Formats: sequence, structure tokens, C-alpha cells
Amino acid sequence: MTYTAVFAIACMIALTGCGQGNSSEGAASPSSQPPSASSESPSSSPSASGQGLKIGMVTDTGGVNDNSFNQSSWEGLQQLSQETGIEVKYLQSKADSDYLPNLNQFAKQNYDLTWGIGYIIADSMKLSAEQNKDARFAIIDNVVEMPNIQSVTFAEHEGSFLVGVVAGLTTQSNKVGFIGGLEIPVIKRFEAGFKAGVAAVNPNATVSVNYTGAFDKPDLGKAAAATLYNDGVDILFHAAGSTGNGAFNEAKDRVKNGQKVWMIGVDKDQSLIFGNEVTLTSMVKRVDEAVKLVSKSVIDGTFQGGTVLSLGLKDNGVGLPADNPNLSQEVLDKVEEYKAKIVSGEIEVPTE
Amino acid sequence: MIDWKRWFIKDNAAIPLLAILSGLLFGAFVMLLGGFNPIDAYSHLFRNVFGSPYDFGETIRQVTPLIFTGLSVAFAFRAGLFNIGAEGQFVMGMTGASIVGVLLEAPWYIHAPLALAGGALLAGLWGGLAGFLKARWGINEVITTIMLNWMALYLSNYIVRAFLLEPKQQRTYLIHDSAKTSMAWLSELFGSARVHWGIFFALLAAVLCYAFLWKTGQGLELRAVGHNPHAAQYAGMNVKRNVTKAMFIGGVFAGLGGAFEILGVFHYQVIASASPGLGFDGIAVALLGGNHPLGVVLAALLFGSLSYGSAGMSFGADVPPEIIRIIIGSVIFFVASPGIIRWAMGLFARNRKRKEVA
Repeated sequence: MTYTAVFAIACMIALTGCGQGNSSEGAASPSSQPPSASSESPSSSPSASGQGLKIGMVTDTGGVNDNSFNQSSWEGLQQLSQETGIEVKYLQSKADSDYLPNLNQFAKQNYDLTWGIGYIIADSMKLSAEQNKDARFAIIDNVVEMPNIQSVTFAEHEGSFLVGVVAGLTTQSNKVGFIGGLEIPVIKRFEAGFKAGVAAVNPNATVSVNYTGAFDKPDLGKAAAATLYNDGVDILFHAAGSTGNGAFNEAKDRVKNGQKVWMIGVDKDQSLIFGNEVTLTSMVKRVDEAVKLVSKSVIDGTFQGGTVLSLGLKDNGVGLPADNPNLSQEVLDKVEEYKAKIVSGEIEVPTE
Repeated sequence: MIDWKRWFIKDNAAIPLLAILSGLLFGAFVMLLGGFNPIDAYSHLFRNVFGSPYDFGETIRQVTPLIFTGLSVAFAFRAGLFNIGAEGQFVMGMTGASIVGVLLEAPWYIHAPLALAGGALLAGLWGGLAGFLKARWGINEVITTIMLNWMALYLSNYIVRAFLLEPKQQRTYLIHDSAKTSMAWLSELFGSARVHWGIFFALLAAVLCYAFLWKTGQGLELRAVGHNPHAAQYAGMNVKRNVTKAMFIGGVFAGLGGAFEILGVFHYQVIASASPGLGFDGIAVALLGGNHPLGVVLAALLFGSLSYGSAGMSFGADVPPEIIRIIIGSVIFFVASPGIIRWAMGLFARNRKRKEVA
């Protein structure tokens, strides 16, 4: 028996050593603090320094590696941390019941700002903001009217209008399609903007719409895409989270078999994930920029609780990615033309 | 009375305890591999559970539904049925409570009990359906309850979307105040943690579950059916009725958990893309608790604490959520495989014997 104990202890010691070796990399740690050297560098002006400030982020149940807005937000915070030396940390929510304790965790630890990522966190954030009146919060994709909450929304309809223009000019069959997740206001904005954009450049084209009822069901996305492609649609735009991944798979299969179909990605430049053979372009939503913008306002002391920050085309909050290898100059010029019209207010894009 | 000695001395108490310990040790092992300090992490876990009244209150909130779903699985187990459907029954309980809580208006002393009863009844029928299929046509309850879980999820999503949806939201209207089972003064006591009446009802349900199974004739019948249905049949017991009844009552327990979750914690129900998972945790809780009501309460305490405290590990010791899931998973694994622990204990005992001989 004593041998067993000795062996166990030896194992522990060996592992501790090994563990410490790994920890110096710290890549897997959810807390990322920049090396102290960067904050001491002369280039960082004192006004932009966030030394000593702490910003927390609560994900929705999608988790921090969702390839979508949670991930984008966290990337934004990490960048900001490297630029200004603020301390950032995230808490992942396993279930709806976790939102409130996670928000409170940050608030009660006197974090200078707590992010809630996603539409669904609004109710919990309101409660937490009522219980912690001195704490500051910010939410993505929803509006909560509280003096200590900054709401951030995006003009998805404006960006969707532009990819609608692309689709309208590119379609051969004059049939394009839209796949949505849940039928909620955010997604409705995508649909309305897309339809308006298609109609603006190609009045003969029809837009078929399919709501799958979920953001996390690739099988439903694949089935919806198959139905629409069978129907003669040749370009699909999705706003359905990972449900859209299934639609991309369907498009890939068809392209492999020689059929000419396209997908238009959402939130991030999805050609980076799914490749340029199927990704015509993407409707990029700069959640990371928004997170940085509002977090910076906390650093500068200009945080405006109780207000809504709405980011549209003119703020570069939404739009096409920088690189569009599949789009001709002609199409890109048209996109720029419409973008200018929307920014100047000449065209008002419908939201539903 | 409960035979305390049996609980703490005999190996059926030692095995779960060793299983928990092995799970935590394995978790420490994984954390070391990942470069995290397990002692720091576990102390943060502990602090996140007992550190402040708020955290302790939220832990109780987390424990409450686990007691209910644990009882649900344990009760059916005593009748020889493996109720994997606690998850679906839990969801139906939530839905029943939402329907009554949102659509009806009544004074609180009618509304809240009615909402609870609505949830419990719907969930009971949901469980009873699986029991009936088993009794009538011998369809394995494991298969039916798994399928019924999905049906419950989608049916409740449909009900929420079609009848209870607040415009421009992804959830129902808030339930009326009269249906809420929150306890303002208790909540206040715990730093506005969401503690509600459910915990008292959960403990009461555990007592009732014990009394029913071990102190009544019907309970004896149920357990007899669980031990040996053929013998029970031969002794003149109605096996089919008992199977349906066990699943119905199991469903009621899970449904009460779901109903309290709506009435006490959320006050609304969301359109969920996946079920909350508390029913599945209930299986582990029942296994860990030896399918005994007292064991279920203790196991739920452990599980709830682990699950709520894990946020502290993430927050205080920077352990990423993925590793925390491995730790919780390994505790479940060791609990669910008592054979491993017995084998290890056997080695241990043989070793000792050999030494005694020498």
C-alpha cells in the first residue's frame, strides 16, 4: 500500500512540474493580460491607458468559440487589452439561468464594464443593473433602457441591402433566397434590407424566404438550402448562425457536382471558413469594433449609459469584407454607389 | 426511520464518496495537464458556493431543480424503470406553468398552486405516457422517454411561439405576479439571489417520496414490481398499473422542478434550441444518491454546488469552461461506473489481507 502512495505522490510531483511548464504559455487561459512591457512602451499615451481597469464579458449559450458574435466580441476585447492594458475576462453561460449570476459576478467584483453578448441577455441584464446601480453594463443586439446600460445595435438592414445589390446583379436565374434563424426583429432587418437591395438593382428577381426556427441546427440549414436550390435559386443569403453552416455545406456539395450556386455569409467574412468557391461575399457585422468603441468610452470616461449606439454603414459597423475576389469591379462600383446613397440618406432602407 | 449506519458504514455510501473523490482527483490531473493550479481552482469553487450569501442563495437555486429531477429518476428506478425522460417531463412542467402563469388571472393563493399543478400534471401525463406504452405494449421506456424528450422540447417551443409569445421577443410574456413563487424576504436575506419556495417543496417532496415508497402498501407494490415483476405478478399485483403509475409520479416530480424554475426563477419561458439539461443531470444525481430520497438530496447538493461553483473556477482561477466540464463529466463518469471503484477497493482490500497474512 505504501508503494501505491509513493507512486501516486511521484506522479503528482511529475505532473506539477509539467503543468507549470505549460502555464507559462497561458494560451488557454480565459483571462488575458498583456505582458507588462507593452503598457510601459512610450508609444501608448497616458490618456489611452486602461491600466487598472477591468472589463468583463458574459457570453450567451453559444459560448466564446461560436464563430460568430461571441467570438468576435472577445477578439475585440483581447485586442483592446493589448492596446491599452485593461484587464479582460469572460464567463461562459451554460444555460439561461447562468446569465444573471455571471453578470452579477462581474458587477459585484467592481468591474468597470460588463458586456452581455446577445439579444437574450437583456432581461437578466436589467435585473442585474437594478441590483447593482453603480456598475456599468453594455449589451449587443438589444436595447435596455437603464441609466447604467449602454445598448448597441447594428443597422443590419443597411449592410444586407448591399449584399442584396450584389445578389441582384449576380443572379443568373433571377431567383435568390434568404435563410433566417428565428423570426425576431434582428433577423427581420437582414431579410428586409436584402429584399430591398435585390429589388433596387434587379426588379425581375424574386426572393424566397425560409425561416428554420433555430440558430444551431446545421441539418435544418442544409435542408432549407437544398429546397431553395432545387427551386432554381442560385444565390442564398443566410442570417442563421451555425444553421447557416449547413447551407454552406449544401452549396459546397452542389458546386463540387458542377452546379453554379453561391452563398452569402454573415457576421464575419465567411469565405475564410468556407472558401471562395461558394462564398460570393459576406455581410460583415463589426461586433468587435463596437465592443472596442464602447469599452474605450469607459477608459476615456465618456461612457454614456442609457443611450443606444446604433452602428450603420456610415460608421463601418456593417458592410462587405475588404476582399471580394468573386465580385467584378462593375458590381463593386454599384455597391459603392448605393453605399453612398444610403449614407447620405438618399435611400432609406426598410427594417421590416 | 432511516438506517443511518447502513448509510455511512456500508459500501453503498463509501462507493459514491470514493467516486466523487476520484472524479475530483482526475479533474485535478486534467487541470495540471492544462497548466492550472487545482488547489487554487477548487478553493475558488468552494468560495463561489459558500463565499457570500448571494452565492449560497444562487447555489440553492441551482440545487432545487436537481432534487426534483433526481427524485423523478430515482422513483421510477425503484419500480424498475429507467426514466431518461426527466428532461422532457421537466420541459413540460415549465410549459404547463407558463401556460397557467401567463394566460390565467387569479388571486395568488389560487394562481400559484394552480400553475404548479398545471406543470406537474402535464409532466405527469408526459411521463405516464411512456409508462403506459411500456405497460400496454411492452415498449422499452428508455427509447420512448428519449424520443419524448425531443417531442417535449419542440412541442413546448411551439406552444410558446403560438400562444404565449411577447411580440418582438424570443420568450413568453412575463407570468402574472400572482403566479410567482419567489420569496421576497428570503431573497433579500440572500442578497437578492433567486431563492424561491421550490427548495422547501423539494425537501418536502423527498420526504413524501420516502414515505410513499417505504411506508405505504402502494410503495411496497411499486418496489416489488421493481425487484421482480414476475414475482409481483404472481403475488397478485397489477404490474401494468404500477408501471404507469411510477412513470406518472416520476413525471410529476420532474414537472414540479420545471414549474418552479418558471414560477420562481425566470418568470418567463424562452424558445429554447436545446433543453436545459437538468433532467439529464437528474439521472446522475439519482445514481449518485443510490436512488434513495436522502441520497438524492445530498447528491443534488453536490451537483448544484459543482455546477454553480464552476463559475468561480473560471472567474477566480482562470480555468476555461471546457476543462470545468471535463471535471464535472469525470465525476459523473466515476459515479456511473461503480465497478471501477469496487475493483480499486478490491485491490486495496486484497493488498491489506496479504499484509495481514505476512
